[in-house]
Amino acid sequence: MNWHGIAAIYRYEMERTRRTLLQGIVSPVIITCLYFIVFGAAIGSRIDEVQGVSYGAFLVPGLTMFMVLTQSVSYASFGIYFKRFTGTIYELLSAPMSAIEIVIGHVGAAASKSFVLGCIILATAGVFVPLEIQHPGWMLLFLVLTCITFSLLGFIIGIWADGFDKLQFVPLLVITPLVFLGGTFYAIDMLPPFWQTVTLFNPVLYLISGFRWSFYGTGDVSLWASLGMIAVFLGLALVLISWIFHTGYRLKD
Amino acid sequence: MRRECPPVRRERDAISDADEAAAADTRPPVMVDVQGLRKQYHGGFLALRDVSLRIRRGEIFGLLGPNGAGKTTLIHIICGIVTLSAGTVRVAGYDIHRQYRETRRRIGLVPQELTNEAFETVWTTLTYSRGLFGKAADPVYLERLLKDLSLWDKRHSPMMQLSGGMKRRVLIAKALSHEPEILFLDEPTAGVDVDLRRDMWKLVRGLRRRGVTIILTTHYIEEAEEMADRIGVIRDGELILVQDKHELMRSLGSKVVTLELAQPLAHLPEALARLGVECEQGGRTLRYRYSAEGGEAGVDAVLRAVQQAGLTVHDLHTRESSLEQIFVRLVGEQPEEAQ
Ligand SMILES: Nc1ncnc2c1ncn2[C@@H]1O[C@H](COP(=O)(O)OP(=O)(O)OP(=O)(O)O)[C@@H](O)[C@H]1O
Ligand SMILES: [Mg+2]
Repeated sequence: MNWHGIAAIYRYEMERTRRTLLQGIVSPVIITCLYFIVFGAAIGSRIDEVQGVSYGAFLVPGLTMFMVLTQSVSYASFGIYFKRFTGTIYELLSAPMSAIEIVIGHVGAAASKSFVLGCIILATAGVFVPLEIQHPGWMLLFLVLTCITFSLLGFIIGIWADGFDKLQFVPLLVITPLVFLGGTFYAIDMLPPFWQTVTLFNPVLYLISGFRWSFYGTGDVSLWASLGMIAVFLGLALVLISWIFHTGYRLKD
Repeated sequence: MRRECPPVRRERDAISDADEAAAADTRPPVMVDVQGLRKQYHGGFLALRDVSLRIRRGEIFGLLGPNGAGKTTLIHIICGIVTLSAGTVRVAGYDIHRQYRETRRRIGLVPQELTNEAFETVWTTLTYSRGLFGKAADPVYLERLLKDLSLWDKRHSPMMQLSGGMKRRVLIAKALSHEPEILFLDEPTAGVDVDLRRDMWKLVRGLRRRGVTIILTTHYIEEAEEMADRIGVIRDGELILVQDKHELMRSLGSKVVTLELAQPLAHLPEALARLGVECEQGGRTLRYRYSAEGGEAGVDAVLRAVQQAGLTVHDLHTRESSLEQIFVRLVGEQPEEAQ
């Protein structure tokens, strides 16, 4: 293993975050605060308990997931896309690094950033609502797996994208709707039966449900269904990435 | 019709009698060994057709050819940036596919394009490069490198604040950051001022003294003429010539001797005309062109004939054709439309 190489990529990508701290960390935190003020405090005060907790508290896991999912994708996709865009990817391709090492460096950095972001958002949420975490171990596991999985997805998007618009497209037009319709703001039993069934096809529902279970012990679907869904995501991302490096897709002529 | 090009010289013999210093070294004398290399891009364009080439350890190899000939493609394949369609490439005896870690950690590449991430500082980008190639941090080495390239003052500047020439030097520093054994310079002096070019040549020579093998492409022929030990000429994806620079200039170059006469000639004496001497400038000068190989007897005969004709020579000079003229002649022989 080229450990120096992995460390070099990791540090380089983390350095990028330090420079873009405002858009990378501060803005997601501000957006989360807005959600808490509007939905948690203002509207939430008129809503009864959902799944046995106050509406504000109910929102915390879903909103955290929302930010972690979108930011993992955008950190990871930007890191690799920018190297392709500027042409500095030549260095990565000519370095004595295997595909796995390149992925570990980039995805590791993106996942670390989104993990930190997730923790900051949880801490911010604690300012608005009293937080309780019943299963902290599971909570961390879900958070870490989600960060890794969606950073992998972001890495794939960064290789697939051939313009900055496509880089924005997936977080904004795919992940955001899935998160909104995946039970961030409601428990699915609040929906009519038909839409409950439709919602069960939304993979993000399982992530949010599992994550929320680790906080309050209740979820829309079983814990194992949630874990299974993350595993499927992770597996798919790994298969896609190995195909990309095997064929040199969009990386090598 | 495609005119006959000089055959590519077989190199095996030349390598076996390589310099004595190399004998003590256990590393293979062939640093880069390209055999039957073919590259067809996705669109179907055939950029390299059956290229075979051996580059010896410690030499400076100049790769010449017009725009689009395939120089960058060849270099990128050796470095692992472009995939090959057929053939084999070995670097320091290792296969570039199966043993890519061994080959790539030995190679440094200065790309033709000025690519950089605008917001990164010189120092960050340099430590990143060194790490990528699997080397532990060595601030002392990197400091010396930056000082050698007159970039030390700029180490904390983001790339976007550097001039074009400075950016080019940063790319050189990056390529050297992991102390490679082979350095590819893809048009390193494009857009570089005279002083800097001089510095670069000095740097390249210094590297060669340390045993680094250097492959450079350039459109400045005088650069290849001054720097390279051997020259390869590539045209339309074919390596049409590989030769020692001096040999090349001797075999393909020609010399011209010009005699300035004290009195203009009314007509050229028969004896001189028979030797191929031409009369110019209203009979004031005589020109004699001969091949650089074994032309001395001819010059002698001309001088004797001049004396016998009773002419007084006012001044005399000879001129050798430059690599540039040879190059223009070589690549100027247009093949029939290939594509
Ligand atoms: N990615 C690509 N896809 C398709 N064709 C390509 C690609 N890259 C290069 N080519 C073609 O391959 C040929 C060789 O290009 P290459 O860059 O190797 O030339 P070069 O000798 O380096 O030229 P120059 O002196 O202009 O740098 C050109 O005709 C070019 O158009
Ligand atoms: Mg080129």
